[in-house]
Amino acid sequence: MTTDVLHDCALRDSHGQHVLFVPKDRYIATLRKLIDDSYTMCVDLTAIDFLTHPGRTLPEVIAPERFEIVVNLLSMRDRTRLRVRTQVSEADASIDSAFDLYPGTEAMEREVFDMFGITFTGHPDLTRILMPEDWDGHPLRKDYSQGRIPVQFKGSAS
Amino acid sequence: MSDLLSTVVSAGTFEGNQELRSRSELTAKEVMREVGAVLRMSEADVALLAEVESDPGEDQTMIINMGPQHPSTHGVLRLMLELKGETVLRCKPIIGYLHTGMEKTGESLTFMQGGTNVTRMDYASPLNNELVFSMATEKLLGIDGDIPERAVWMRMLLSEMNRMSSHLLFMASNGMDIGAVSMMLYGWREREEVLRFFQKVTGLRMNHNFIRPGGVAADLPAGWRDDVLEILEMLAPRLEEYDTLMTGQPIWRERLQGVGVITQQEAIALGATGPILRSTGLAWDLRRDMPYLHYNEIEFDVIVGSYGDAFDRYAIRLAEIRESMRIVRQILDKMPGGDYRIQNKKVTPPPRARIDESMEALIHHFKIFTEGFKVPEGEVYVAIESPRGEIGCYIASDGSATPYRMHVRAPSFVNVQALPHMMRGGLVADAVAVISSIDPVLGEVDR
Repeated sequence: MTTDVLHDCALRDSHGQHVLFVPKDRYIATLRKLIDDSYTMCVDLTAIDFLTHPGRTLPEVIAPERFEIVVNLLSMRDRTRLRVRTQVSEADASIDSAFDLYPGTEAMEREVFDMFGITFTGHPDLTRILMPEDWDGHPLRKDYSQGRIPVQFKGSAS
Repeated sequence: MSDLLSTVVSAGTFEGNQELRSRSELTAKEVMREVGAVLRMSEADVALLAEVESDPGEDQTMIINMGPQHPSTHGVLRLMLELKGETVLRCKPIIGYLHTGMEKTGESLTFMQGGTNVTRMDYASPLNNELVFSMATEKLLGIDGDIPERAVWMRMLLSEMNRMSSHLLFMASNGMDIGAVSMMLYGWREREEVLRFFQKVTGLRMNHNFIRPGGVAADLPAGWRDDVLEILEMLAPRLEEYDTLMTGQPIWRERLQGVGVITQQEAIALGATGPILRSTGLAWDLRRDMPYLHYNEIEFDVIVGSYGDAFDRYAIRLAEIRESMRIVRQILDKMPGGDYRIQNKKVTPPPRARIDESMEALIHHFKIFTEGFKVPEGEVYVAIESPRGEIGCYIASDGSATPYRMHVRAPSFVNVQALPHMMRGGLVADAVAVISSIDPVLGEVDR
């Protein structure tokens, strides 16, 4: 296990890609520093619900939580990518919005809010984006059923 | 009555209105989202801007819906436009009408089946979707360096042919949106020739599921080289025709030049990629700047514009068809022989003939198609240059045969965010040209 550190956050290697584990309270501050490191484009922002897979590989300093925000940054100057992973707990499913730093995250954060129910503090227009406004629940959560209709086979016992 | 209605609406998890709010409810932050944010203005500046620039009073503006059922919205995109006379003051794209939960579906399909799912996202360039999904899976499996040469070159061939067919479709739809209806017919006609080639190679015109983890599904059919050459020969003079019909034509130029302008700074801030970013003059193409497959062994130019307007985006796509043709010619020369998929028993099913002879092969075949293959725990993000920009696939695996989370970074989804900035202050008649120049595929926007 490497012990690389970038901006006081654990930097790990995942299949040759750089992954930075940022604590939630330093999320925006770290992104701000990363912009100065020429990571000027946020190509992707998404989340994962680790409800059914708690034992994933994480640096020792990071305590696993249910949700994880995954931000993919791109440096056009250095032609490198960096992935930022931040743990978000189920009890306090909210994180600061990166909108002021990367305006392009507007729709992505809305999508994460819509699909996972994680709220972004400071987002200008946090509404559902893909699901209907009055939809119940957040579909990409692992405890959200896929809505299968049970099939009854003819002749089977009940 | 209205109280009753509001309680009904806010029951469950009503979490606010998706629609464009009327001007009186507008906060400085909201205006900032629409104008100032990408220019990194302070809220006070933006409030000032909103006051000076417009403040037409609510009775002088009108909010209209364009779409979701509108032929120029390329599917089911709905735009709410605030108009003052003919001028667009504000615009908000409302999406989700084609949302079918493909990322959720992807979590219950094995890595073997996943291709059938992702290929349906960007249905105008399905092979690029399959490619990025396969590359992400291979990276997780740790076999991304072992893909046979022929498979890699075949992937490049198909990816470039797909870029051609996708841009030809853009030519058609862009022509139709602007009013050059004959262009629509020409564009579809030429695209059909490319799709016919796909049908010969993959069996299907669209949604191929041909590029799979480990390689491709089958070898190229006999006579493929002649088919490709035929398409290349057919296309060259027809692209000249397009130039005559559109590029140099005054009406075409009048309709597109100076319309939907976006600056480089805005495009980067909004995460816009592909022809939109390149139209601002930034030569950023993942094929050249972060090469994948064997693009570093190929000679081609990255086409850039200089004004960031709709005409630049049109011209870039037209020129990119020519560049793709150039790449395809080089691929024809370099296409090696050999195997078209990896001979790794865990990933590739055994050939049909082996199944009759060997019990082992039968078991492997059965296991791969029922359970799928297990992918080690980990997470990976792979991005390639699709015709619309950077398409990325983020897969997190928990060690089972299905992805724990499969997320596709869809270029259209991000690019559509640029619409309000491009449309602001423009004419409502130009709105159609602006949507068209983004070339969104709604299947990918909504997934």
